[in-house]
Amino acid sequence: MSLKPAVSKTDHAQGNVDADLVIVEYGDYQCPYCGAAYPVLKELMKEFGSQIKFVFRNFPLSEMHRYARPAALAAEAANLQGKFWEMHDAIYENQQDLNENFLMKLAEKLKLNIPEFDKDLESTELANKVDADFESGIISGVNGTPSFFVNGNKFNGGAEDLLELVRENVK
Amino acid sequence: MLQKNDVAPDFTLFATPDQKIKLSEFKGKNVILAFYPADWSPVCSDQMALYNETLKFFKQYDAELFGISVDSKWCHLAFSQSRNLHFPLLADFEAKGEIARKYGVYDEEEGECKRALFVINKDGIIEWSYLSPTAINPGADGILEALETLKTK
Repeated sequence: MSLKPAVSKTDHAQGNVDADLVIVEYGDYQCPYCGAAYPVLKELMKEFGSQIKFVFRNFPLSEMHRYARPAALAAEAANLQGKFWEMHDAIYENQQDLNENFLMKLAEKLKLNIPEFDKDLESTELANKVDADFESGIISGVNGTPSFFVNGNKFNGGAEDLLELVRENVK
Repeated sequence: MLQKNDVAPDFTLFATPDQKIKLSEFKGKNVILAFYPADWSPVCSDQMALYNETLKFFKQYDAELFGISVDSKWCHLAFSQSRNLHFPLLADFEAKGEIARKYGVYDEEEGECKRALFVINKDGIIEWSYLSPTAINPGADGILEALETLKTK
């Protein structure tokens, strides 16, 4: 199964954006397995950040996780103020406290412009962005969270397996 | 396992403790049958929980989704409530696995349904079927592709 659409400029990327190795995560901010994957992915990027382009796409399982979608919107709203990864990290680092009020507290802590942030949370554009990410996941064969794609192909393993694969293959 | 162009065997199964669903009553609609081994598999990679999120995509193709396992109607009720599912789970419970056998997707050894998908067209003919490794959630991409093919016919 391959990634559709391919990674583009509209994606959130970190690491070396020109790297040959591109890893995409489809994640849900309230999913405990994504929470468990987070420090492993941090380690991956600490060790190999100069050789990996890492992309995050939203895959909120909204029926199961009531704060997954609000959290995805909060990260997208933070992105409009240039702080996507700061919000992404702050949510995963405090996953057990996740709720709408806590997202506002994180926004304050990240010194976001709050009236702007508030307005953006309600915007159709951001809602469409989250929906588009989700739909791309579905047609790409995402079957749960987290799901990873390595250079456009579905990786059938978790974050630990991914770290192991990279350690074995990237020098 | 039944394949493309086979007639989908009709059945009547409990969807809730007091309501049965008859497949042939859905002629004129596309139907997705998702046979799966058991209720209560791990949460975030659960196939039924995933389909619960993709219902609106199925609806765009005028398709109804039914999950089917050998769990009882009471077990389905609890599972469905726990996961907030918005589609019916059918109980292939008495005689156990009878419908799964008719579709060729019963696992005799485990006494459970295999993990298998069928997309049935508006005339009750199987358009697409897929047997997934039991441990792997097949996702929704295959179903959507099959529905897309139906639409462009």
